[in-house]
Parts: sequence; structure tokens; C-alpha cells
Amino acid sequence: MKGIGVSPGIAIGRAFVIKKNAPATNGIVLKNQVEIVAEIERFDISVVNALAEIDAIKNNSQLMLNDDDIAILETQVELINDPQIREDVVAKIEEEKKTANDAMIEVTAGIVALFESMDDEYMRARSADFQDIGNRILKYINRTGDTNNRSFEPDTIVIADDLTPSDTITLDLNLVTGFATQAGSRTSHAAIIAKSKGLPAVVACGDELMTINHNDFIILDGLSGSVYVNPGEDIISRYSAKSASFRQQAEVLKTVKDKPAITADGKQVTLLANISDADDLAMVHDNGGEGVGLFRTEMLFMDRDTFPDEEEQFEFYKKAVLQAKGKPTVIRTIDIGGDKHLSYFNLPTELNPFLGYRAIRISLDQEGLFIVQLKAILRASAFGSVSIMFPMISNVKEIREAKFILNKAKNELFEAGVAFNNDVKVGIMVEIPSAAVTADILAKEVDFFSIGTNDLCQYTLAVDRMNEKITHLYDPFNPGVLRLILNVIEQGRAHNIHVGMCGEMASDPLATLLLLGMGLEEFSMSAASIPAIKNIIINNSEATAKQVCQQVMAMDSSENVIAYLKEITQ
Amino acid sequence: MITKDYIITSAQGMHARPATQLVKLVKGFKSATSLKKGDKTVKLNSLLNILSLSIKGGETVSVIMDGEDEVSAAVIIDDFFTKQLKEL
Repeated sequence: MKGIGVSPGIAIGRAFVIKKNAPATNGIVLKNQVEIVAEIERFDISVVNALAEIDAIKNNSQLMLNDDDIAILETQVELINDPQIREDVVAKIEEEKKTANDAMIEVTAGIVALFESMDDEYMRARSADFQDIGNRILKYINRTGDTNNRSFEPDTIVIADDLTPSDTITLDLNLVTGFATQAGSRTSHAAIIAKSKGLPAVVACGDELMTINHNDFIILDGLSGSVYVNPGEDIISRYSAKSASFRQQAEVLKTVKDKPAITADGKQVTLLANISDADDLAMVHDNGGEGVGLFRTEMLFMDRDTFPDEEEQFEFYKKAVLQAKGKPTVIRTIDIGGDKHLSYFNLPTELNPFLGYRAIRISLDQEGLFIVQLKAILRASAFGSVSIMFPMISNVKEIREAKFILNKAKNELFEAGVAFNNDVKVGIMVEIPSAAVTADILAKEVDFFSIGTNDLCQYTLAVDRMNEKITHLYDPFNPGVLRLILNVIEQGRAHNIHVGMCGEMASDPLATLLLLGMGLEEFSMSAASIPAIKNIIINNSEATAKQVCQQVMAMDSSENVIAYLKEITQ
Repeated sequence: MITKDYIITSAQGMHARPATQLVKLVKGFKSATSLKKGDKTVKLNSLLNILSLSIKGGETVSVIMDGEDEVSAAVIIDDFFTKQLKEL
């Protein structure tokens, strides 16, 4: 079965299934003031007992709580003690003559419903925390005591409908190796805790998860979100090997995470991440990324019925810029067409969509849509370090037109008195051969280049990457492609503008030394790839990289290039 | 009575951790403290009320302090919104 992988790693072990009984109302109507006072007292005593339980967890040295755990417990203390919750419960007891049990159940349900209806995913996920608080107090109201006495065996994988803060904090990490939940999201409490404790975890597996029985043999892949129940020998041996190599690699990469990306002879390199929305940034920070080299904006435009307006776009970009915590964020204007279509935007059927109406060509043609996006990005630039990047540029005229519309957007904001960064940097993706060849001309128009190797390779070699019959011809190590990349980097340096790379090649360990030798100073890739590339940079010198580049550029075929690079990266 | 406006500087907005710290902070004041976002005003002594405002990063809120120690409360709350919030 499949869910959302929220914390990478492989867990292999036996299932421990936690099933909870939902609290039930008793429908009793209180008869007099004596009963009302008694029920209020019952609630207050339950609160005191629930707080004592949290204190006991806080003071349990065996649990080895970290700062995150303590912060969660402090939040629980404040919620159990919340004057608003007490006020609502007491009102139900006094005015509606309900028992403390029924009043607490109803108040909790109201709060849970309120948070579940919020538009913010993080706030929606908090509804589980309020349910947890409600259950904790109800446990004492009904004197059912602590039913959470769980004794785990080593290599236990916890299976549950959802895990509350109290569940996760009391998991014995010496015995529990991972968990899977039926509900939850990337921002649910269980997901946050799994990441902070480095436990492989999968959430949102759906109802099927609860068909798992106690002691079933489970394999859980926290990266892909796969959960295998009583799998066959082949899957077990495949995942055992995967688990061993993951642990080994994690150990090596953990040591480089917080080190700067500097070669042995002192050359500083910038490692950035490619992201599609603000939530990806947690992983960027976790992997030691220094910012965002490519923020793809298409995600916001897909799977909907209309174009997002300026306000919605602004919120989407601003969230990412704030999450970047002051680190640079390069926002690429919309790159649709080709293989990316929008149901509500009628793109013509084309014989050659990859050579057709797409990316900057659409933006320049649909100025109204373009200016809305530019204004939203400019407004987000007031909240951090933002650059704007135009995709699919093939000539200087397109850059000038795009910059002209950008100035219009700035003027409109200025006249409306809206804050933005007037010095926002402007760059282009270099992914069309004509742009790579004329990099010297284009460099005079922009502040930076970012080389998009996927399309550059496709267009240079005239190979449709999607066509299985010719995928063997798609080859970023083709000398023709390498010469174009080298030209872009050299022209960027000659004209004193910044050059980065945001295509697949930037995350290919085989290409790292070659690109470094060409003079590339900024690599942007998926966050998960950053530690491995950093490891190569730290353990090599720029002098070696230059020699590698010299050797490679003198070779006549990609076979020779690849064989040589494999040999030196062994 | 003192009223001050603040732009929320943490990317995550007023999520559970900073909201908890804020509630703990105002418990020490004798003055009544409230938080206003848009047309909604809530008492600052309730974590539930703060979270129910669903305050996002970049949004503006007003803090209202009213009572005998409102001046010292304003100084401490100012420090929270301008310095501590970024770290939480």
C-alpha cells in the first residue's frame, strides 16, 4: 500500500497496531445545582491530573526528550489549562445541564471542526492536537486512567490511525524503528516528530492500513511512501540491502551537512535547491542548502479551473520567500506548454509542442497574465532576497520585452504605493542553443544566467527525451553540449555576471568535477542531492577539477568522457 | 491603554510554538492583553484563541495592553514580536 513518505529511511520489523476507542457521550441531563457544581469540579480535577501526567512525562529521564519534545509538551500544558476551553465547558455544564464528559466531547468536537475547516494546512493539522487534548482530559473525567502502557519489542513498527503528541513523545526510540498512520499530512504532528527524530515514517495510508494485524512483518520506505505487509523474499532482500546502504550513506552525508561547500584548495561553491512550493524548503534547510536556485511556479497554476489572481500568487511566493529565511530565492516565471498543459487555458494542438507556444513566448503574448505574475513576485520581493528568471529565452529581443513589462509592473505597484524591491535581480534560463552561443550578447542584458541542461541537451542534439526509440541519443556529455555549457560559463565570467546551473546535470555526481573545472560556481538541484554533491566538492580541489575539464574538453566522444569521469570518481 | 501593530516576521506565522511562548509571557502581567487581526479581537491568555486567528507570516496584527503595568508589558511584548519571534 502507499501513503505520503514524510521522513526518509527504511524500517523493517513487526507491526504494533494502536487502535483507539472514540469517546462517547452519555446524554445525561443534570438535575440540580449540586450536580452542576460536582461536574465542574470533576472537570477541574481532570485538568489537574492531565497536567500532572504531562509533568511526569517531562521529568521521565528515560525518554531523553529534546527541545522539540519539551516545546510540544509546553503547548499541551497551555491547551489543557486554556481559559477559553474551560469557559466553554463550564457554560455547557451550567447552561445546558450537560455532564463534564459530554461538555468536553462537544467543546473538543467544535474546536476540531473549526481547525479542520481552515485553509492553512498547518492549522488544519492542529485539529489532531486538540483531539489529543480532549481525549487526555476525558480519560481522567471518566477515570479510565492511562491506557497507554505499551510494551514494545525491538524493531517495532507502529501502525495507528494517527499519532498524537503524547503517543509520539512516549515512543521508545530504542525499540520503535518507524511508523505508518492512516491519516495525517506532511505538516501533521506525527510527520514533524518523525523528521526531528530521524524515524522513517509514512502518513495518509488510508483505511487499508488498519487491516494490518499485530505482529505482521512490515517493510516501510519513508522516502517513497511504500508500506509492504508480509512481503516475499525478493522484496525483503532488496530492502535489506537498501536499508544498509541508506544508513551508511546517511552517516557519511551527516558529517558534511553543516560544512561550507569549499574545495580542498579553498574555492567556494554555492549549493542551492530546486523547489515547487514553500513546503519543500524544510528539506532544503535539512540538507544544508543555501537557498533556492529555481522556484518553479507552475505548481500553483495546475490542477485548478482558473488562473490564480495576483493576491493568491503573492501569498504563494511570499510563503516560500519567508520560509527561505533570508536566503536567495530565484523565482522562474511560468513555464507552461510543451508537456505541461492547463485545463482552463486553451493551448493549441501543435505538431511540435516543445518547439512551440510555451514559457516566455506565452508570457510575452499574454501580457495581462504576465504582468499579474510579475506584480505578485515583485510584492513577494519585499519579504526576502528574490530574483526573477525568464525561461526559454532565444534572443535579446525577448529579454528586452520581458524587462519592459517588468518595468510596467513596477510602475503600477509604485503608483499604488505597494512595497517591493526595486533592485530585484533579473536573469534568464539558458536552455536554447542560440542563447548559449550568444551568451556574450545576452550577458549585457541580465544580472545572471542559469543553465537548464535538460532542454539545452534536448534542443542541441535534436532528441525528444520522451521518445523511447532515441533516448540513448540524449546525452549531456556529448562534446557539443559540453562546449555550449563551457561557453555560457566563460561568457558569464567575462561579462562579470553570475552563472548557475539548475538542470539534472547539476545533481549528477559524475559531472560535478567537470563543471567545477569549467568554472561553475552555483549548482541548483533537488534538496536530497545536495549532501552527495557537497561531499564531492569538499573532498576535491579546484586544481584537480580544472585538469579534469582540460582532459574532457579534448575528448572526441561522450563514451570517452563518461569512461574517464567514472574512472576518476571511483 | 497601549496599542501596537506588528508584522509577523516568522515564515510559519503564529504557529503552536511562538503562540505558546506568547501566552506564557502575558501570564506575568496584571494588565489585560488582547490580540487583533482584521475585525477579530481575542484575549491573549488563551492559546486556543490565538491559534484560531490562523495568523500567517507577513500578516499584521495589533496588540492591545490595558492596565497598571501596561508600559512594561508593552516593552516585553515588543521584544517578543521584533526579536524572539524570528527564532521560534
